[in-house]
Amino acid sequence: MNEPVIVVKDLTRRFGEFVAVDHINFTIQAGEVVGYLGPNGSGKTTTIRMLLGLLQPSDGRATVLGYDAFTQSEEVRARAGYMSQKFALYDELTVWENLVFYGGVYGISETGRIRATLEQVGLRGHESEQARSLSAGWRQRLALAIALVHRPKLLFLDEPTSGVDPTARRAFWDLIYELAENGVTIMVTTHYMDEAEYCERVGIMRDGRLLAMDTPSNLKSRVISGDVWEVFAEPLQAALSALHDVRGVLRVGLTGDHIRTITEGGIQARTVRDALEAAGVGVREVVPGEPTLEDVFLSLAR
Amino acid sequence: MPDSNLLIDATDLARRFGPTQAVAGVSIHVRAGEIYGLVGSDGAGKTTTIRLLCGALQPDAGTVTICGWDVQKQTEEARSQLGYLSQRFSLYEDLTVLENIRFFAEVRGMRSGEWLPRCMAILEFVGLASFKDRRAGQLSGGMKQKLGLASALVTRPRVLLLDEPTTGVDPVTRQDFWQLLISLVSTPLLPEAAQPASPGGRAAEAAGSVAVLLSTPYMDEAARCGRVGFMRRGRIIAEGTPSELRGMLKDRILELSGAPIKLLRRLAQADQAVEDVRAFGDRLHLRIREGAAPGVMERLPSEIRGGGGRSDRLRSIPPQLEDVFIYLSEQSYE
Amino acid sequence: MILRLGSIIRKEFIQILRDRRTLAIILVIPIMQLILLGYAATTDIKNVPLGVWDQSRSPQSRALLDAFRSANYFTIAYDVRSLDDVRDLIEGGRVRGVLIIPPDYALHLAQDDAQVSLILDGSDATAGSTALSAAQLIGQAYATSVSADQGALLGRSAALKPPVDVRTQVWYNPDLVSAYFMIPGVIGMILYAIASILTATTIVRERERGTIEQLIVTPIRSWELVVGKILPYVIVSFLDTFEVLIIGHWWFGIPIRGDLGLILITSGLLLLSSLGIGLLASTIANTQQEAYLTVWLTLLPSIFLSGFFFPLEAMPPVLQAVAYAIPLRYYLIIIRALLIKGVGLAAIQNEVSALTIFGVVIMGLAAVRFRKRLD
Repeated sequence: MNEPVIVVKDLTRRFGEFVAVDHINFTIQAGEVVGYLGPNGSGKTTTIRMLLGLLQPSDGRATVLGYDAFTQSEEVRARAGYMSQKFALYDELTVWENLVFYGGVYGISETGRIRATLEQVGLRGHESEQARSLSAGWRQRLALAIALVHRPKLLFLDEPTSGVDPTARRAFWDLIYELAENGVTIMVTTHYMDEAEYCERVGIMRDGRLLAMDTPSNLKSRVISGDVWEVFAEPLQAALSALHDVRGVLRVGLTGDHIRTITEGGIQARTVRDALEAAGVGVREVVPGEPTLEDVFLSLAR
Repeated sequence: MPDSNLLIDATDLARRFGPTQAVAGVSIHVRAGEIYGLVGSDGAGKTTTIRLLCGALQPDAGTVTICGWDVQKQTEEARSQLGYLSQRFSLYEDLTVLENIRFFAEVRGMRSGEWLPRCMAILEFVGLASFKDRRAGQLSGGMKQKLGLASALVTRPRVLLLDEPTTGVDPVTRQDFWQLLISLVSTPLLPEAAQPASPGGRAAEAAGSVAVLLSTPYMDEAARCGRVGFMRRGRIIAEGTPSELRGMLKDRILELSGAPIKLLRRLAQADQAVEDVRAFGDRLHLRIREGAAPGVMERLPSEIRGGGGRSDRLRSIPPQLEDVFIYLSEQSYE
Repeated sequence: MILRLGSIIRKEFIQILRDRRTLAIILVIPIMQLILLGYAATTDIKNVPLGVWDQSRSPQSRALLDAFRSANYFTIAYDVRSLDDVRDLIEGGRVRGVLIIPPDYALHLAQDDAQVSLILDGSDATAGSTALSAAQLIGQAYATSVSADQGALLGRSAALKPPVDVRTQVWYNPDLVSAYFMIPGVIGMILYAIASILTATTIVRERERGTIEQLIVTPIRSWELVVGKILPYVIVSFLDTFEVLIIGHWWFGIPIRGDLGLILITSGLLLLSSLGIGLLASTIANTQQEAYLTVWLTLLPSIFLSGFFFPLEAMPPVLQAVAYAIPLRYYLIIIRALLIKGVGLAAIQNEVSALTIFGVVIMGLAAVRFRKRLD
């Protein structure tokens, strides 16, 4: 019963000379929330399109919900949901009409199901509003409802929270986790590092290759071998150039009001402070920081 | 005598669109050398604020001065100090990089003798010099963005207004973009900046550097700014350096990891001292009532063990800007 | 399957009804075209100013002139006395033609070989030839053949040419009303233009908004999507057809002599082509504007080479050959024959076959391309 929901083996897609997806391998289990992180053009969307059977792989294969993603794509599509970053809504239609339409496309005609889906995403009471008048957060919920109306076992979310505010995004992720707890498998593509933090596991894509796939904590501890320090000093420019010359400093970057630096393991706050003071920089504070997925991405990419 | 380093000085700005109060009493002061981040969701009033600052919109109330010039009354002078990059900055895809910049220079009234050397200096600065003859349509997303920045910089503005400049760009490019912004504000951009003498006097010229105001809906972007204003429903609900803002929730965020995550979540939510639980894949972030963190750290692991789960780690972590934003948003509801 | 198709059709209708601006355009355009083409672009002649050089000055010649006067095609504006007068009047634009009645008109009339000469201002060929036809008709009634000199050059008034027999041209349209010619054309143009433009833009709009992406990840089949999206516009196009027919019939007095069923079936055949063109355009275009322009690119030559405005027979042979590749051309022949002549299927079977073949081929091509584009 513990059959993986997605199994991808050496999946490859070329467009002429260009290799959009290059021999990627991964497995996703039922109920997982997996992030697929990478910049635009890194091959995320091509991967999803192959998993939905919309694109034929040049090489390798993918099994989704036990079906071959390409030869049995109808079966896959009937059981998987997809939410695009564009929030595919018809602006002239009301919330209710939008959902009834997409329900009809999936062969669902009972209004009870439509009502339940609206309930699930918290849009009850807004049935007769036209989609064009909804705020970004509500558009997002309606788009999610559309992807959920046929009760899929697997949900693909393509950049789901672009342009919505942090509170709406919070609520959205609460919904996603609720779905996952009910056994729905979720795959989220994103190019936002902080979005990926929400996921149980994160795959990092760049130039068509899957550089790593693991839990955010494991990625951070595995890829960032040293320590992160937040350095508050004055003047910042001088501190920046001084830190570049300190032995054991792997990366230095200015972030707004302070400096973030990654050092080799074993270097103490004291060492950093001393080096800066020796260079004539006034140090206010050196505190340990947390590695972020952005650090991971930059380490893997460079 | 007015502070001549105060490049953006906006007081009590208000603007209404029909029944919507888009901006409701916003004051923003940005000095030379600062990067100010206006952070908020879609519809919070960021874009309207920026458009009020650059004089593209008339405020219902309030005043804006840019480098000492009143945007409403001395529009010409104020605009000559402004570089503005709108959300969907318009590039001509079928013109080359150089032709694009030339166009933007010429529409702003620069003579042909002026723009060419300046264009090249700016392209050098943003790292597009070797692509000067490439069609804009064939640039990558990041390069387009740099071209947008370059065309905003061609008149050597002292005030740069950027509306969501790095939406949808890959992290490596974004890193580069930020390095550009930081070097822009920390060094006098390009020498021999011919500025009309500002009413503030000579001190402004001595400071020589630039003020940047940008808007963003993303917290990791906000964290890079020198100062941040959280915007919500047309108001700035909090302002400060990222560290000051994070300091509002100091010692109030705990990270909990363990299994099963469902149980952990339920128990954490049941705790009186826990205000908010956020799931992060393999771990939870808890926001704790002021001063209650030690108590929670003591009792929660044993409760989890008692419930049949295991807690691998429970520790205090530095708050993120997003924690603060959500906290403040909840407060402003009440 | 029926449910899926039904929900697309329903959705499409809601969108059409909610989009007031497009709805207005769909309903108003046919009326506008009718008015423009029925009135403004008329090639009818009325009150053409005419000069008369009556050298006969006989009762017979006066009778002929009375006939000209009463026909209300012409207004006899000037009495001409010399060839110089003729030149002055025509060059000055004060008359469009001068009728010259020779001195021996009465004598020849008695011998049944009377001829008069009409000098026309050839600078407007269409008006000229219609005027000549009218003059010849009037002449016929008086056993007088009217010969013409249509050159822009004057002075060869005596050039006598055999009269042109115009009877076939006016057989079904004795009053030479150009609305008879234009209104069937308007029906054809509306079926052709509105259907293809609406089809192309409605599909491209789904692509622009990203909704098509959402649809292709559902179990929907591409033919269901196509049929579901197109059917509402087929209905709208037919509504427009009826609108034009009704206004044409009641207002412009166009007869509907043929079988209504046959009119609808052949109109459906034309729709196959125009919907196919719209669908093809939608596979090429990425924005609604591109779609619109792409359709227009095929529409313009179609309209000009279909015989809508200009008779095909008058075109150079190359263009006549090209016109064979234009479905609208066949439809115009069919619809004019059906409305005005009231013929049966037998008379138009070649055109109907051609229209069917074009429809099936274009639609087939479009369907194949559309499928490819979705994948």
